[in-house]
Amino acid sequence: MINTTIAKLALQALLGRRRFYLLLAFPVLLIGLVGLVTALTDGEAAWEIVPGLGYTLVLPLVAILAASSVLGPEVDDGSIVYLLSKPVSRYGIAISKWLVALAATLVAGSLPIFVAALITGDTTRAVALFVGAVVAGTTYSALFLAISAVTRHAVIASLMFVLIWESLLGNLFTGVAWLSISQWGVRIAHALSDELPDPANLPWAIGASLVVTVVGVWFAGDRLRSFSLRGED
Amino acid sequence: MSNLVLDSASRWFGNVVAVNDVSLNIGPGVTGLLGPNGAGKTTLMAMMAGFLAPSAGHVTLDGMPVWRNTEIYRQIGLVPERELSFGYLTGRQFVRANADLHRLPDAAEATERILAEVDMVEPAARRLDTYSKGMRQRVKIAAALVHQPSVLLLDEPFNGVDPRQRMHLMDLLRRLGDDGRTVLFSSHILEEVERLARHIEVVVSGRHAASGDFGAIRRLMTDRPVQYAVQSSDNRALGAVLMARASVRAVSLRGDHLDVQVDDLGSFAVELPGLARQHDVTLFELSPSDESLESVFAYLVAR
Repeated sequence: MINTTIAKLALQALLGRRRFYLLLAFPVLLIGLVGLVTALTDGEAAWEIVPGLGYTLVLPLVAILAASSVLGPEVDDGSIVYLLSKPVSRYGIAISKWLVALAATLVAGSLPIFVAALITGDTTRAVALFVGAVVAGTTYSALFLAISAVTRHAVIASLMFVLIWESLLGNLFTGVAWLSISQWGVRIAHALSDELPDPANLPWAIGASLVVTVVGVWFAGDRLRSFSLRGED
Repeated sequence: MSNLVLDSASRWFGNVVAVNDVSLNIGPGVTGLLGPNGAGKTTLMAMMAGFLAPSAGHVTLDGMPVWRNTEIYRQIGLVPERELSFGYLTGRQFVRANADLHRLPDAAEATERILAEVDMVEPAARRLDTYSKGMRQRVKIAAALVHQPSVLLLDEPFNGVDPRQRMHLMDLLRRLGDDGRTVLFSSHILEEVERLARHIEVVVSGRHAASGDFGAIRRLMTDRPVQYAVQSSDNRALGAVLMARASVRAVSLRGDHLDVQVDDLGSFAVELPGLARQHDVTLFELSPSDESLESVFAYLVAR
C-alpha cells in the first residue's frame, strides 16, 4: 500500500518549503519556554504548563503544518493530477502522504514534548506524556490530512477546530473532552502516570483515537479517488 | 489501438451547463478539439481523463468507464494545462518519478528514452523552475508518455510556446499519431488545429458543433455567409449590380456604406473589381465585418 515515490515527493514538498522553518520554530519555542520557567522557578511550576502548551497548541499546530504541506498545496493548485493520473491506489497515496506528515508531527511535536517534560524532572510522567503525545499526534495528522483533502481552506478549518473547539470550548465545558483529540491523549497518558488529569474514559480515548485515524486516512484516499479538475472556463 | 467514447455526456456545475449532450468517438491518429475559450474544452478533457464525473451520459475507454477507475491510467497519458508545481525537482527527477509511479521495470531507461524523444536530454539536469514555457511543456509531455500509453490527452499544449518549439511539438504529436496512438489535443486556434490534426471536433458553448476532417471544417468555415462593408463612389448603383449576382445573398444601404452578405467568398472576391470597373464605380474600402473566430463558431452553432 505504501508508495515510496509518493512518500519521497511528499518529503521533498515538506522540506522544500519555507513552512518547514515554521514547523521547527514550535518545538524550539516549547523547549525554550519550559527550560526558562524551570530555571526561573522550579520543575514543578514548569510541569504545569507542559500538557496544556504541548497538547493543545504545539502538537496540533505542528500537525496542521505537516499535513497541509504534504497535501494542501497540490490539491489547491491542482498539480496533484500529475500524481493521480497514474495507476496508483488512492488509498496508497493517502497512506504514504500521511506517514510523512506523521513522521514530521512526531519529530517536531511529540518528541519535543517529551524533551520538555524531561527538563521538568520526573522521567515516568515524561514517558507518559510522550506516549499520549504520540497517540494524539497520530490522530491529529490523520484528521488534518482528511481536512486537507476536502477543502481549499484546510489550514483555517483545522485552526478553527483546534483553537475554538479544543482550546476555547474545551476549557469551558468538560464534556468537550469526550470529543477532543488532545484530551484523549491526556487520558492515555494518565493511565501511565497519575500526575496527569483524567478527563474521559480510557477505552473510549483509545477507541476514538483509532477510529479517527483510520477513518481520516481512508476518507482522504476516497476524496482523492473522486478528485475533480475544474477548468478556468 | 484505443477508442475513447463519449456517449451523450453532459456536465453541469450548479445551474451552469459546461458540456451539453456531447457524443464523440476518438480513435487512433491525431484529433483536434477546437473551440473558443470557455467552450467547455477543459471540462470535456477532464471528463475524458477521469478527473470529472459526467453529470449525465457515459465516458468510456475501450468500453471501460473512466471515472473513479485508477487502472485506466495504464492506457492514458494526460498533459494538463496546469503548470507544474514541482519546481524543486529537476526535469529528469520529475519524469523518473512518473516512471516509478507507473512501476515500470526499466524506469531509468524509459526516462532517458522519452527525454531523448522530446529532445530534453541536455536540460534534464536543471530544476523545473528554471525552464522556459516550451521546455516545461515538453517535460510534461515526456512525463505523460513515459509508460507508452495508447491514448494521449493534451489540454492547450501550444499555449505560450514559441513558434520553433511549437513546430517541434507538432512533429512529435504527428509521429505519435502515425504510430497508431490516439492523440487528442485542444486548442482555440484554427490554424494550429488544421496544421496538425487529421480529424477535428468543434465544440462551442458546451455543444458539439461540427466534426470532420480539416478540409470539411475549413469549407464549413469559409463557405458560411460572410458580411462585408463596402464604401464606393456610388453605393446605390453598386448595390443594385451586386444584388444580381448569385454569390450575394443580401445588400443593404447603411449610412455611407453598403452592407453585403456573401455566400460564396471565392467568386465574390474575383467578381467585385470587374463589376465595379464595368459600372464606373470606384471602390474606396472593403472590409469584412465579422471575421473573428467567435463569429465563425457562432455560425457553426446556429447552423
